[in-house]
Amino acid sequence: MLSRTAENLYWMTRYLERAETIARLLSVGERTSLTPNIGGGYRNEWHSVLLSAGTAPDYTAKYGQVRERDVVTHLFFDEDNPSSVASCITRARENGRIVRTALTTQMWDALNAAFGELRELRRTERSKLPLGDLVEWTMRTTAMMRGTMSLTHLRNDGYDFLNLGYYVERTDATARLLDVKYYVLLPQVDLVGSGLDNYQWRTLLRSMSAHRAFAWAYGGEVTPAKIADFLILNRQSPRSLLASVEGSAQHLERLARGYGRTTGAQGKAREMAAELVEARIEDIQDEGLHEFLSRFILENGQLAQLIHEGYLNGDIR
Amino acid sequence: MDEGSAQPRYFNEMFEGDGVRAPYAALDGWSREMPPELRGMKQSEAEALFRRIGITFAVYGEGGDPDRLIPFDMFPRVFAADEWLRLERGIKQRARALNAFLVDVYKRGEIVRAGRIPAKLVYCNEAFEAAVVGFRPPRGVYSHVVGIDLVRTGPDEFFVLEDNCRTPSGVSYMLENREIMMRMFPQLFRENRIAPVENYPTLLRRTLASVAPIKCDAEPTVVILTPGHFNSAYYEHSFLADMMGVELVEGTDLFVEGDFVWMRTTQGPKKVDVIYRRLDDAFIDPLCFRPDSMLGVPGLMNVYRSGGVTICSAPGAGVADDKAIYTFVPEMIRFYLGEEPILRNVPTWQCAKADDRQYVLEHLPELVVKEVHGSGGYGMLVGPKADKATIESFAHLIRERPENYIAQPTLALSTCPTFVDEGIAPRHVDLRPYCLVGETVELVPGGLTRVALKEGSLVVNSSQGGGVKDTWVMAD
Amino acid sequence: MRLSVRHRSTYRFAAPMRAVVQSHRLTPSSFEGQRVLDWRVEVEDAVFGAELTDGAGNHIRTMFMLGPVEELMVDVTGQVETADLSGVLRGHREQVPPLAYLRTTRATRSDLALTELAESAGGATPLDRAHSLAAAVSDAIRYEPGRTHEATTAAEALEAGVGVCQDHAHALIATAVIAGLPARYVTGYLLTGGGLRASGQSQSLGGMTQSQDAGGQRQEGRAAPEEQDDGEATVLAAGEASHAWAELWVEGLGWVGFDVSNRCCPDERYIRLGSGFDAADAAPIRGMAQGIGEETLDVRVAVEQVQQ
Repeated sequence: MLSRTAENLYWMTRYLERAETIARLLSVGERTSLTPNIGGGYRNEWHSVLLSAGTAPDYTAKYGQVRERDVVTHLFFDEDNPSSVASCITRARENGRIVRTALTTQMWDALNAAFGELRELRRTERSKLPLGDLVEWTMRTTAMMRGTMSLTHLRNDGYDFLNLGYYVERTDATARLLDVKYYVLLPQVDLVGSGLDNYQWRTLLRSMSAHRAFAWAYGGEVTPAKIADFLILNRQSPRSLLASVEGSAQHLERLARGYGRTTGAQGKAREMAAELVEARIEDIQDEGLHEFLSRFILENGQLAQLIHEGYLNGDIR
Repeated sequence: MDEGSAQPRYFNEMFEGDGVRAPYAALDGWSREMPPELRGMKQSEAEALFRRIGITFAVYGEGGDPDRLIPFDMFPRVFAADEWLRLERGIKQRARALNAFLVDVYKRGEIVRAGRIPAKLVYCNEAFEAAVVGFRPPRGVYSHVVGIDLVRTGPDEFFVLEDNCRTPSGVSYMLENREIMMRMFPQLFRENRIAPVENYPTLLRRTLASVAPIKCDAEPTVVILTPGHFNSAYYEHSFLADMMGVELVEGTDLFVEGDFVWMRTTQGPKKVDVIYRRLDDAFIDPLCFRPDSMLGVPGLMNVYRSGGVTICSAPGAGVADDKAIYTFVPEMIRFYLGEEPILRNVPTWQCAKADDRQYVLEHLPELVVKEVHGSGGYGMLVGPKADKATIESFAHLIRERPENYIAQPTLALSTCPTFVDEGIAPRHVDLRPYCLVGETVELVPGGLTRVALKEGSLVVNSSQGGGVKDTWVMAD
Repeated sequence: MRLSVRHRSTYRFAAPMRAVVQSHRLTPSSFEGQRVLDWRVEVEDAVFGAELTDGAGNHIRTMFMLGPVEELMVDVTGQVETADLSGVLRGHREQVPPLAYLRTTRATRSDLALTELAESAGGATPLDRAHSLAAAVSDAIRYEPGRTHEATTAAEALEAGVGVCQDHAHALIATAVIAGLPARYVTGYLLTGGGLRASGQSQSLGGMTQSQDAGGQRQEGRAAPEEQDDGEATVLAAGEASHAWAELWVEGLGWVGFDVSNRCCPDERYIRLGSGFDAADAAPIRGMAQGIGEETLDVRVAVEQVQQ
């Protein structure tokens, strides 16, 4: 497969996953804004959403004060913001359009239809677009893409690059969400473990559509340790770091078998997965959650770099 | 020289007096019996299909909706088997002569030495590529896809408007128009014997593979080189690549190392043998042509000229389809093939020549004036349709830079029934068939029919309100 | 006369390049005025393509170097036996029809002043006219390094009234074409001394090196996730050919060289390397590097007479 084709497939799914992450953040913000003002309060909550999205400085530069409407504009519609849902969907579609013949008709239809709907949304008056609808639309769109892909795409190398895009991006997103939640939102040590903390942890679970799954898996009291375990080490949790890294590793193994050649990426993914399989949540707490997550984000970045060098940039010999 | 302009009436391809011409017989009942609601439904169905497959069209610099569709008219344009046979012979003859000319002018230039074409017209031509002088491409083919624009003025009268030897576009419409007609009106295809066009991609691939370099000793790797997804013809590039089962590459996907060109794949470099490029000469290699081109492959021309890769069409092919050279194509046919031309040229006045210029300036209201290097229907004057001011401004332009313009009589383009708001009405059409030249010369029975949708309009370019039709050739 | 040449071009890149490709026209061809005795073009670690000879008789070869490339050294060494033919290019094998050299490029495009200059030149025969044009250009454009740059056009140099050999050659080509004489740009080496000028370093046109990056993704800080990189391109230009002049087509004689800068026709002190429509087209090294970053070029040329 042409390296650039693989690159387009990989980035198409990365952008789709990213759009979904941003939509989840928006839903966290909305949920929080509906609940009583505790701790840092309402405005602070939207600010933390911006921090999680990684675009707080850009937001401040363009909009100044943090207001719900502007945050939604910035994170959903703003084309100047490369991570906005609109930007991500547009870029995903652009990547897909370039390699349209490597996608199935159903995938292209879903992607193209989403793009058309996005244009409709842009033309619609904002007062007729409740935030809930925007979030809902994004989740449906990305689910549709994912669904058509797993139902119709040939299980060839293209399929592996598509999945790698999803998993690499998801690993990054989960780690960042966890980290921001822990590190930025609650810097004061005495609040860790408090009622507020638990409440906000639950919101985090909710943003991952995982609060009910969590209740089933762990039951009883919600503790930060349990949530961290669920989102980092629990293989059953679909957005956990372990599940995501194992997803990357599995598709890299498939590529290695198909091509009869391994690159640095396989070793790296295996190593990352092995660490998570061995780890206990206490070890992570000993290292410090923030320190652990920072390191993990870095390692995932290295994995992305190795995938790039081994397959996507075409310099491989 | 007056044959076109003097005739007020136009040849109608379907009706002859009160009768229907034979090739259109089947369509008479079909079109008469189609209820207006069904027609509307089918029309929107067709549009939805086109939009879904993404076959849209963007015109440079026109702005507006980049995803605009070229209007598709469902009324097919039909040729009888014997009509086509003659066209086919004429087109193939022309394609052979054009290639013989190209091989000749980049080698010994016999036709110039024999005084049959003025040396200056060839060698001072912008499209004459000094960088490939002396090089003979595999099988002596420069132009592998020759698009010949034809118009019809009578039952047996066809004129060649222009030749396209570089990278004629539009063939995806020929294929998609047929696909969509077959989906929407299967009955028509069951009841009539319509020659298929669907093997065009197979023939194109075979043609390209047949001109692989001699150095290539395995199954040749063929690729299509596109300027990128921002190009207005990107759809066509990706469609053809997909139909042929070859990679669609951009310049940065290829690199030159040693004696060959390689493409970057997820499994390492893969040697490329034949490049069907949809990119102008000026952009294909920044180390040979425009140094600022980011679309090409640095060093490509060196590999090409040392026989490591074949470029289709070959760099330099453009000198054969220049509007000034066009006048001499019948001469080429006589010179290289020793045959009489089967298809006629449109009489052409060169404004650079004093006598011609005077005639043109005196007869502007009845002539069509074109820029020598123009294309796409831009910079063109259609005398009979133009107002006084436009004619005046063209007269000025011609006096200013005569060598930039040629003029032709306004041809009485044939009409074909077309669905319009009021029902069915005659509209003017032209035809572009795509002739493939490799080890053999091939022509699929069909082409792209363009139709001027505005009543009375003679300009069929899609950028100027033209549409497209499916083109049928009836099997014997 | 037997001349030896040592010519080293050293490219240094501030950031390592992914790969570098160059097209070399660094090998002279033989004709009655020069016989190549020994010639080598070497680049350490490079992969060379097959040598080809184009229609104009230029010897061309591709060089590829896989990155990371931080430094690249092109070494040319050789010996040539030359003879004085008063500038006439006799016995040179080429196939491009002279009429093809009646076209102009961006660098040699005419304007009013060039047209007037061309018309001011007299001469009853084509050869007289060619000499007269060369003299007119020499009078109109004073030799002065540093005032023009490698993208200066003939029209601009004439307007400025100063220039170097590249500008002289461009202006002569422009005026010759106006006068109906096919003309082209020639690069080569010159044995200096005795008041002869070779162009200053890197002023005269040589290779153009451009950089482009096909892919590569940025890694950014923790705040922003990675982004797909659409590629960036920077254009740098530098290069060197030690001298340049023009050749005009004179019916009956063929191609005749004119060195405006030295007000003479090439003789046995000149080594002819190759030709093209203008400096950019004829450049001895044209290259492209993949990557982003500063590039510097250092060129050393030594031409010496070999005592026998």
